[in-house]
Amino acid sequence: MATPASQLPFREETFRDDFTFTNSPETVRRAPFPFDQDSYMYAVNMEQHRDGEPGTAFEAPIDVDEHYVSEMRDRALVLDEDPLRCQSLPHMALAGWDTLELLMQAKADSYPDWFTLDRDGDRWHWINRPLGIEQRFTFGDETTLPYGPLEYITRQAQGDFCVLDERQGNLWMDAGIVTTQADWSLDFDIGMNFFEWHAPVPLAHELGIFERALKYMLSVQIGAPARRLNWTMTVNPRLDTSPENYHVWGPENTHITEENVADKLYLRIELQSFWRLPRSNALLFPIRCYLLSMRDLSTVPKWATRMHRVLKSLPPELSTYKGLDNYRQIAIDYLSEFDDGSPTTPGARPD
Amino acid sequence: MSSLHGAIEVVVSDVVTVNELIKRFHFKRADGKPLPAFSGGSHIVIEMQDGDTLRRTPYSLSSSPFDTDDYQISIRRDDAGRGGSLYMHEKVEPGMSMSISHPANLFALDKRAPKHLMLAGGIGITPFMSQTAQLARTGGRIELHYGVRNRDLGTYVDELSARLGPDLHVYLDENAERMDLDRILGNQPTGTHLYVCGPEPMIEAALHSARRLGWPQAHIHHELFTKTAPGEPFTMTLQDSGVSVEVGETQSMLEAIENAGIDAPYLCRGGVCGQCETRVISHDGELLHADHWLSDEERAAGDKIMPCVSRCRGTLVLER
Repeated sequence: MATPASQLPFREETFRDDFTFTNSPETVRRAPFPFDQDSYMYAVNMEQHRDGEPGTAFEAPIDVDEHYVSEMRDRALVLDEDPLRCQSLPHMALAGWDTLELLMQAKADSYPDWFTLDRDGDRWHWINRPLGIEQRFTFGDETTLPYGPLEYITRQAQGDFCVLDERQGNLWMDAGIVTTQADWSLDFDIGMNFFEWHAPVPLAHELGIFERALKYMLSVQIGAPARRLNWTMTVNPRLDTSPENYHVWGPENTHITEENVADKLYLRIELQSFWRLPRSNALLFPIRCYLLSMRDLSTVPKWATRMHRVLKSLPPELSTYKGLDNYRQIAIDYLSEFDDGSPTTPGARPD
Repeated sequence: MSSLHGAIEVVVSDVVTVNELIKRFHFKRADGKPLPAFSGGSHIVIEMQDGDTLRRTPYSLSSSPFDTDDYQISIRRDDAGRGGSLYMHEKVEPGMSMSISHPANLFALDKRAPKHLMLAGGIGITPFMSQTAQLARTGGRIELHYGVRNRDLGTYVDELSARLGPDLHVYLDENAERMDLDRILGNQPTGTHLYVCGPEPMIEAALHSARRLGWPQAHIHHELFTKTAPGEPFTMTLQDSGVSVEVGETQSMLEAIENAGIDAPYLCRGGVCGQCETRVISHDGELLHADHWLSDEERAAGDKIMPCVSRCRGTLVLER
């Protein structure tokens, strides 16, 4: 049970407009820092997502943190403005129910103070205290919920969720909710297979990353989830950095200066996990977003040092693809004051 | 011994003699919790410790995917096999504890299909039991053709008849009734998906007809219950682990690796899914490829092998 997280209050904060988002020190230290060495290159960096280390974002299988309530509020705003951020092709209804079961049960198991799930055959009773929701419904019957099952539960779960149908030895992005993404569009990608939706990624195809990753993902079985980490950077703690809203956030890329970099530039970490869904045989692919400002990083000397070295050695194609070119040097200059040149300890955890 | 991936401890709750060749085994979860729901066409891997021999054999689940209290598998006794079915028939009784894997599915329904055409031969009916149970709940058009030797061996005819009515067509060998593949496959609406499970010659004939009649490859699915033949014992060296392992007559290379306490990746354990593909560093003698995964070139090159089904006449060194 994730005891430390259950003692945290939920923050009232914004991820747009006035950007009042802040991380408490505990949230900074538990973040899944993605660099376990001083440089970065693509790898099939998948591992088992098992009983998690206490005090880290891996502690609970589906992590809920102090940003939960405000993130869900931001999601609701995105969906009001653009309902196409949540789509489910007709054959994915069963996978939607599998997803609802997985997320409800995981939350109720890990955070019993906040979430309760009572199951009496198909008659389910769900209580979400942080969001003030109580719902009785019939599992499998969409008419008993205010939304389809996927949308219903993901409006109460942090991070984006892709639901991938498995057919012909491939994975197809046939359903999902995407409101906290690093610049990709569900509406554009829906219906594509694994290789198609990864087409824009530079260098990785030549390295054979995607063949090996697909093979690993196809082997993920019920009860044995896997995970990996991905990262990019974002100006301002904005969750909705979507292609659909590029006109809103794109220009901010040129607003970083040495005066504001510490508080305005963020490391955006994606904790991705892979879950086999039982009834549909689909794969659930949550992408959970963690934001750490450069100042947050500076409070963990090992992380500031490592971020400095990763940015300095980053291949130019990756920097361009991740959209870092406008501010990378400013970030390097800021972080360099925390790097004394000595070796860093192995692994990603703080010293 | 390495652990079975995602093992669930179960108790055999019933063993039912269905007819002279087939027994049905029922499993309940040992800790009283619900078993996982699963998707129609899934199989579980059953672990059998038969004296010194560790066997892990996949069997299709024939119970409803929505039944989380009772898993059912049906096993046809094979007197000429490696001994897995004999062990189950002769040694397994109600009350016994066993370890099974979580369900895995390599023969799933395509949920977009407007119609599912199923061809079953003999014990190949088992995955269709769970698939038709799933479709009965979620909706979907089915046409099932089921060939059996005689009515006694028509294991689930009554249950399927109740479930499918006129959509079930039974062919009794003893009455010389045969599936007319060209008629069945040549008269289906566009978008129908074909699923075939049964003896290898039946599958080959069905796939051959389907392709000839212009069925798209993506609409054709089959599952072969691979019968791994026993073979001469041989020794293999696992280079990364630094051990030498003897592969017994009725044991697969994969089982021998697992029996030595080494974890190796796998999924289907039947030579089709590619997950257990292992690099051969060197070998003396002949690699006996029995899989359906490697290409002809890869088999000839001799630097890869599928340990779940293949063997060696001689010795070999694996990257494991």
